Amino acid sequence: MAEPTVAVEVPVAAEGELLAARQVDLWRAVRLGLVGGLTAAFVSANGMVAAFSERAVLGGQTLGSLLLVAVPVLVGYLAGRPPPVLQGFATPRPGWRNVAGGLVAGLLSGVVMAVFVTLIATFDVRRILINVTPGLVREAPRLLTFGLELGAGGLVLILALNAALGAVAGTLHLLPARWRRAVFAAALWVLGFAMLQPVIVQVLRGIQAELRIWTAPLADFLYEPTGALSVPGAVAVAALAFGIHALLTREGRRPVRARLEPLPERSRRLLRLVVLAGILFVLGLLPQILGPFLSEVLNIAGIFLLMALGLNIVVGLAGLLDLGYVAFFAVGAYTTALLTSPQSSLGVGWIFWAAVPFVVLAAAVSGLAVGTPVLRMRGDYLAIVTLGFGEIARLLFLSDWLKPTFGGAQGIIQVRDITIGPIEIGGPQAFFYVIFCFVLLAAYVTYALQDSRVGRAWMAMREDEAVADAMGVNIVTAKLSAFIAGAMLAGFGGALFASKIGSVFPHSFSVIVSITILVVIIVGGMASVPGVVLASFVLVGLPELLREFAEYRFLIYGALLIFMMQRRPEGFIPSRRRAEELHEEEISQDAGLRTQATMQQQAGPAEDGRNETS
Amino acid sequence: MAKTSLEPRGSIAVRRRFQLPIVDSFLWLVRIAAIVLIVVGAFNSLTSGRLSGQQWRDLVVFGIAQGSVYALIALGYTMVYGILRFINFAHGEVFMIGAMTGFYVSDGLSRTWLWEAQPFISLLIVLICCMTVSALIAVLLERVAYRPLRGLPRLLPFITAIGASFFLQYTVATLFGTSVKAYPSVDALTGVVTFLGFRILKVQVLVIVAALLMLAGLYLYVEKTKAGRAIRAVAEDPEIAQLMGLSVDRTIVRVFAIGGALAGAAGFLFGLVFQNVHFLSGFLPGIKAFTAAVLGGIGNIPGAVLGGLLLGSVESLGPSLVLVGLGIPSAHQLKDVVAFLALVLVLIFRPTGILGERVSEERA
Repeated sequence: MAEPTVAVEVPVAAEGELLAARQVDLWRAVRLGLVGGLTAAFVSANGMVAAFSERAVLGGQTLGSLLLVAVPVLVGYLAGRPPPVLQGFATPRPGWRNVAGGLVAGLLSGVVMAVFVTLIATFDVRRILINVTPGLVREAPRLLTFGLELGAGGLVLILALNAALGAVAGTLHLLPARWRRAVFAAALWVLGFAMLQPVIVQVLRGIQAELRIWTAPLADFLYEPTGALSVPGAVAVAALAFGIHALLTREGRRPVRARLEPLPERSRRLLRLVVLAGILFVLGLLPQILGPFLSEVLNIAGIFLLMALGLNIVVGLAGLLDLGYVAFFAVGAYTTALLTSPQSSLGVGWIFWAAVPFVVLAAAVSGLAVGTPVLRMRGDYLAIVTLGFGEIARLLFLSDWLKPTFGGAQGIIQVRDITIGPIEIGGPQAFFYVIFCFVLLAAYVTYALQDSRVGRAWMAMREDEAVADAMGVNIVTAKLSAFIAGAMLAGFGGALFASKIGSVFPHSFSVIVSITILVVIIVGGMASVPGVVLASFVLVGLPELLREFAEYRFLIYGALLIFMMQRRPEGFIPSRRRAEELHEEEISQDAGLRTQATMQQQAGPAEDGRNETS
Repeated sequence: MAKTSLEPRGSIAVRRRFQLPIVDSFLWLVRIAAIVLIVVGAFNSLTSGRLSGQQWRDLVVFGIAQGSVYALIALGYTMVYGILRFINFAHGEVFMIGAMTGFYVSDGLSRTWLWEAQPFISLLIVLICCMTVSALIAVLLERVAYRPLRGLPRLLPFITAIGASFFLQYTVATLFGTSVKAYPSVDALTGVVTFLGFRILKVQVLVIVAALLMLAGLYLYVEKTKAGRAIRAVAEDPEIAQLMGLSVDRTIVRVFAIGGALAGAAGFLFGLVFQNVHFLSGFLPGIKAFTAAVLGGIGNIPGAVLGGLLLGSVESLGPSLVLVGLGIPSAHQLKDVVAFLALVLVLIFRPTGILGERVSEERA
């Protein structure tokens, strides 16, 4: 995928013979090792290791040491992976080369790290690199050398540990693919349980409190008082995950969908209803079980999800890269604040629902105002202009000029809570239901629009504007409707945000919000609703939950954007259609190879051409 | 699906006739409104005599000094766009890293005797360090982030560039801290020079002269040397250039290095003028320099210089000339709004810029 223009030539070998297998590349292992070592040094120098060491995750180990350990494991695994099998080449047999590749990469990352540790132990660089604290190497707790002094085995430990972990990770390639995946599943589950400790403990205790099911002892078994996953707990989780994965992938197992297929329509409909009722029941209880803090986290993620669904329409469906999306969010928030706060310049103090139509109207008008001038623009110019609009909106809300209306830097306070009849929705737990309804609405709108006439027009426009125009798609309407639909959803997000916080400040509407939403839809998968939902919980919810991530959040977002564009531009849970567009070349290549293979009628294993590019 | 009628809803031509005029007339309305507002505002401020002639001249000088920094950054955008046809969004961060390097090197040097004894030599040393570091970062960026995406849909490298921009910002923030870094003062650069009735701060003289020297050097390099010809050839048509035996990769690396070095120099000059830098310093100048590049005609080197100077003046004069004239209070706060408005208006009404004819609507 990284270099998709590789010419595909089937190497000519003698009839029926295969060329020698391509083996693990030693130079690649060296490169990976160096990159890994530099990464480890980087996260140590920028304070991530120190910050993450505050959180105990597994037995006596902290997230910081886990981060250090993850580097050699990762590079060892990647370095030990055999290169993709090309057509006409033999499949390499797993062997010592995989282990050696992992070992080399791990060792080299250890060497780089050892050099870095020696450097910061010798020179005091704290005046420049402010996060290189003495606690890393010089004084206890000596995070980078795992507590040892440098002379007293610290360096040896780094080298040995990195090399060993690299080799172990390389050894994974000796396992059959199915068992290797089961090991991954186990590792991921353990990691998930360790990271989500606050959520899982709260859920287990909440279930006991709400439903009187005896689940709290499970929390005590899984987690130590420090908050780390206990060793028996980790073993249990790993065994469970391994078992489940092995069961699910056993040979001859039919997927659930296929097994449901022969059932009569009536029972299938009943089953669907039961599942839906179950989901609604769980969601109804969720805020009670999660408690106020986690509900608040969920609400923040929910508001971002609402906006991400809106931006998903603009960027994902219609292909218009909007970097000033936060402006619509701000418009929604300010409209709500103006109309519902008795302190605002209008001073009317309406209830929330009376303001909603005006939010819709204001968002639609601003969508139109941004959309009309940029009708003729495409791609990156469009992105920059919308970025300009977003900044203009923020600066105007902030300015002294419009202070009589918008309150300048002081913003507008005392935005009214949402009320339903006589009930006032204060508190995050009640608010969850409101946000949930809006998100549901947004998801429904997205699905409905996707398959509508205008949705198809958007997708046609995204693929090729000129062709869509020529085929009779009305570009003007399509673009404007995408902007308006996106703006409305962002406006709702802003309205909810204003009444949730109870006040509106211009500082909440900086460009970083637009970028966050963009990262969410790109990581989740453009035009894919499930992807966006998942990504907004992971990317927005998790940093709210684990505060030590907060400082490094945008660093990680930036790195994620670069990584996604290089490796998976279609996102982690892609929409099928979008993925096909992005990999058009490879897909046609595959098709070409397949015809070639059938035409040649070779006896050799006509490997699927997909291997060429993966 | 079911409701989709097969009946054509008016031919494309008919719909065009009804729709585009609405959009076009709206755009014309915006154009006319902008011009009227500018004229009325300027007329009001000039006749009110709130600012003396001297103050106007100060604003012009400030605008030109600012503009020459923009011009240096804009060259990076314009050259990269000229060759790769994508906006290197992270270029503003390359500039910021230059300014950061400038801070650390000059902070270190200011503790030595050299800073007092030989201010210009030390400034030159700092300048070279800034240019080197920024050029390295720009080349690294190209190698790691952009090269693997070459030839793919252009939004992919652009989104990568956004990611790179945030990654670099927060790398600097987490490695070096989020505090504002104050440049050490240079005694030799305090004071005022009077020239043709213009009062110019010595720092501004240095900035303008240094920028002009570098621009002239770049112009000669691109127009007169073999490497410059290679750059122009690759910008014209990479495939043909490759067929002619030029290394496209090497040329692109060279372009990134030159752009980065100029941005690094701009960062240092910026630091000298404003005396401080922090990790978000690159964002606004980056966007404004991009505006300058578009204003002058993207892909066009003299255009970038012209655009930079023009944008600097607009930004410096605009609030006092137009906004005050329209009766808007505390107009200086809206300096950035003026720059962004310039960006939006230029991109909407003249995406080809003043000198540029190269980027047609289809490319933009």
